[in-house]
Amino acid sequence: MSQQIRILIVDDEQVVRTSLEHWFREEGCVVDTAASGKEALTKLASADWDIFLIDIRMPGMDGIELQGRIRETHPDAVVIIMTAYASVDTAVQAMKQGAHDYITKPFDPETLEKMVRAAVEKRRLEKENQQLKRSLDELEQFSEIVGSSSAVREVLEKVQMVAATDSTVLVRGESGTGKELVARAIHAHSARRYMPIVVVNCGALPEGVLESELFGHEKGSFTGAQYRRKGKFEMADGGTLFLDEIGDVGPKTQMDLLRVLEEKAIYRVGGNTRIQVDFRTIAATNRDLEEAVREKSFREDLYYRLNVFTITIPPLRERREDIPVLAAHFLQKLARSMNRQLEGFAPEAMELLMERAWPGNVRELQNAIERAAVVRVRGLIQREDFPFADSAASREQMNGKSLSDLERVHIARVLEETGWNISQAARILEIDRVTLYNKMRKYGIERP
Amino acid sequence: MRNVLLVPVGAVDAPLVEYLSLMVGEALGCATHIAAEALSPDRALDPRRRQYYSTEILAMLERAHPPHVGQVLGVAEVDLFIPILTFVFGEAQLGGRVALLSLARLRSSYYGEDEDPDLLYRRAEKEAIHELGHTLGLVHCDDYGCVMRFSSSVEEVDIKGDRFCPNCATRLETADRGYDR
Repeated sequence: MSQQIRILIVDDEQVVRTSLEHWFREEGCVVDTAASGKEALTKLASADWDIFLIDIRMPGMDGIELQGRIRETHPDAVVIIMTAYASVDTAVQAMKQGAHDYITKPFDPETLEKMVRAAVEKRRLEKENQQLKRSLDELEQFSEIVGSSSAVREVLEKVQMVAATDSTVLVRGESGTGKELVARAIHAHSARRYMPIVVVNCGALPEGVLESELFGHEKGSFTGAQYRRKGKFEMADGGTLFLDEIGDVGPKTQMDLLRVLEEKAIYRVGGNTRIQVDFRTIAATNRDLEEAVREKSFREDLYYRLNVFTITIPPLRERREDIPVLAAHFLQKLARSMNRQLEGFAPEAMELLMERAWPGNVRELQNAIERAAVVRVRGLIQREDFPFADSAASREQMNGKSLSDLERVHIARVLEETGWNISQAARILEIDRVTLYNKMRKYGIERP
Repeated sequence: MRNVLLVPVGAVDAPLVEYLSLMVGEALGCATHIAAEALSPDRALDPRRRQYYSTEILAMLERAHPPHVGQVLGVAEVDLFIPILTFVFGEAQLGGRVALLSLARLRSSYYGEDEDPDLLYRRAEKEAIHELGHTLGLVHCDDYGCVMRFSSSVEEVDIKGDRFCPNCATRLETADRGYDR
């Protein structure tokens, strides 16, 4: 909501004016306040106000009268009436006289945000600069799919082709090939790009948890459920739902998923209200779904529902011509972000990269280059900057050590190499930051 | 070089504060410290609402820590409110010095689900960076991938990104250049 929405807050209570003023300033709005209807009228001409938030009960001119006066000069302004009393009568009166909405103090943050968002929607056409900004972000996102091979060109063509439609897409490829990147590129080029892309890692959650995660739950639906929670289906409404590791979901969730994809409606756990949801589905898997269907571990009907348009990303070992392009791309990005004069790769270093099988695919390559960039401050990346360059020496170091010894030593070494930058070390180690932090605590690894 | 002081507000899990200290330092490129003494939020309790008035705690944090300590981030377990809202995840002085976040509604157990410490850490990290972003002059961002996206519910905290989008990062860099001068 960072476009300059202009809001005038009218309330006789100082604390309300201050709180609201503060809240809207964080939203990036231009805000002014008035302590009475009379003061508000003197401020009417000072700006082209978009929203008026008016307390209904004020000494002198009340909120309903003030609303009428505002309408004379600002017929298109959004007026939201506030009250400390949930009175249906006053609500009806205010709405009849043209109030846009009615809100009871204290507000639920979600309600206030929705009201303001609705008002902001009216200004959508004025948001040219914002759209330009987004287009640039999207280009950036697309530029992350890098490669010169015919396989990558084909992937990009398919992304472009399918993005404009609302089709379900199945992205296939080994772990680390960039399936989520492809999903994000499709979303960023679709008509749904102004709404969120919601990622669900289906493989990471046990079936019961996944159900609650996807569907949400109603207040009181189980012991301790004191609040209603929206699930990922609802959060993706209007946008894209990316179901990662779809091949790993259990039989019950498969059945639930199929129903939602067919009916585009859900019931929260413990709820009996049907909620319509509208999202585009992109699923991804590294499993052989056809085999899973034959083995009856994956529902055939769900398979056909998901397999509408397929994009397959080949493993890096099958498109080695992309390795130099990808390596140069990652190095350039890292050099920029780390502010280092890294000029490229020595021939022996590139030879090593070209020879490697890359079982972890592009992600593994990216991490290897990040690590090399950490070790090499300037000049050309050398062969010895990669940890897999001298496997005999590494094997020697590993002799007689337990798995946890190796983990501790490896974590400490990577942290040292990255100058104790947890984000960077976590990327290289391919674990998330919280996991790395927990391991540091477990092994007592501390910055010297 | 900017400094951020993290202050436990009431009893707060020490490893979590330490994690936030590390992550805030990396995300904002600044030095971070953890206050030796916690600040009691008791004076800010509203007995009727059974919540703590966050603006009052911000003022207490500001009074307790002079400007030379740098930016101040209070980390509270207690549930926070401002008078016009039913609750807030946190509050900050826009372009000011002091920010505050509450862990109460970031905990899965608050919603009747099993406690998930890793998820709590990730949520708290986002909200800590978000609130400090406000103190550095950043307003809410429309980008769902940006940590400055406003979250009115914990579900929205979960789907937003954990770092600044390119636009907010650029604004921050510009502010930093001004700061360094």
